[in-house]
Amino acid sequence: MSIPENLGYTEEHEWVDLGGDTATVGVTKYAADSLGDVVFVQLPEVGATVEVGEACGEIESTKSVSELFAPVSGEVTEVNDAVVDSPEHVNLDPFGDGWLFRVRVTGTPELLTATEYTALIAETD
Amino acid sequence: MSTPSPLHAVHEALGASFTDFAGWAMPLRYGSELAEHKAVRTAAGLFDLSHMGEIELTGPEAAAALDYALVGKLSAVKPGRARYTMICAESGGVLDDLVVYRLAEDRYLVVANASNAALVAAELVSRAAAFDVEVVDRSAQTALIAVQGPNSAAIVREVTGADLDALPYYAGVAATAAGHDVLLARTGYTGEDGFELYVDGALAPDVWRALSAAGEGRGLVPAGLACRDTLRLEAGMPLYGNELTAELTPFDAALGRVVKFDKGDFVGRAALERRRDADVEDKVLVGLVTTGKRAPRPGYAVLDAAGNRVGTVTSGALSPTLGHPVALAYVPAATSGPGTALSVDVRGTALPVEVVELPFYQRPA
Repeated sequence: MSIPENLGYTEEHEWVDLGGDTATVGVTKYAADSLGDVVFVQLPEVGATVEVGEACGEIESTKSVSELFAPVSGEVTEVNDAVVDSPEHVNLDPFGDGWLFRVRVTGTPELLTATEYTALIAETD
Repeated sequence: MSTPSPLHAVHEALGASFTDFAGWAMPLRYGSELAEHKAVRTAAGLFDLSHMGEIELTGPEAAAALDYALVGKLSAVKPGRARYTMICAESGGVLDDLVVYRLAEDRYLVVANASNAALVAAELVSRAAAFDVEVVDRSAQTALIAVQGPNSAAIVREVTGADLDALPYYAGVAATAAGHDVLLARTGYTGEDGFELYVDGALAPDVWRALSAAGEGRGLVPAGLACRDTLRLEAGMPLYGNELTAELTPFDAALGRVVKFDKGDFVGRAALERRRDADVEDKVLVGLVTTGKRAPRPGYAVLDAAGNRVGTVTSGALSPTLGHPVALAYVPAATSGPGTALSVDVRGTALPVEVVELPFYQRPA
């Protein structure tokens, strides 16, 4: 399974693309495959403040409900309306069109490297 | 370590995702479960259900043994026909729901859920001990392949050459598929026309491949257990562990009709008679629908207009066919009428729902 080298990861199977002080957040392909077809995504509101490790949204597949946890702290600057309208983007392109929201980051996020995340999912399987 | 199905290599070659189901590694999905669900509703799906339990009873008192062991009247089933029934504890609690085929005057096949197969086999052995009948658990060597959907008859006819017009719903006959002996039944758990083929595990890959080949050009896709659950939910069919448990009698599950008292003694009779005659407020299994995309899930509380908890959701999902959430729930009889407005506590938010008649989905006639 391809895990982009340039991203940071969390134990909750989220990815973070840090560019300057803005982080783009999504779920990994591993998470998308485990969930099955995603049918509903609830994202935090633009302008909301999220705290690292706290629940900030939900992802539902036909079979399950999972909470989204903020991988970083800061203010939500943008959400992916396309994925709200068409949740299948999460399955089709989890690292691309399936991105979920952007945060103006405060503080320094602690994230797993691609290598560390690869080891984590190898343990889980 | 999960037991692999006799078709495991076939599923691996098809790129299946596997799930552990009652100790078996079974295909959960091959790609998108929504696509598989849709294929079953509009064309056909091919399922491996080899995790199900198959227990055979043979002998002059096979019918009498099953009349005693189960709540149904299996002696009244004609050879070649099948019956949906249950096995209950002395307390009346449901140990499993079953499909029983009468293969011949003196021979039956009891099909149990995978999670209960060992218990059902053990109970049948002990309950049949006083009867002249042999009980053999064939679960390990028996594969079960289902073809479900509007195109299933054309596919099964091509592979078996069987006269399907002479095979009504809930009937099963001996047939051949890919040159192998099978039990061919017109049964299923999807709400569509469909067939189930019981075959020796070693021969199952041949039968699977023959059905796959016949399905080319007919929209047949391999389908996993994920879509099987949403299909049965839309069809309003109960799932053991969700709608049925050992804590509920068939009457509690609104399935009292499967209990037949016009026969001799049977395990659970006294308790079930008391329950039938008891002056208790019946809970009713109802269908709930709502708008939006957020589905009531098993265990969520059902609330009345005043916000009081009156029931519990047992199954729920966003219906792939209907496009809105559907759920099964137990509620008091007084709030079970179609059109009744209730709500479900979805993680702290009261989601308005409406009671509807089951099934949610019925195939076009």
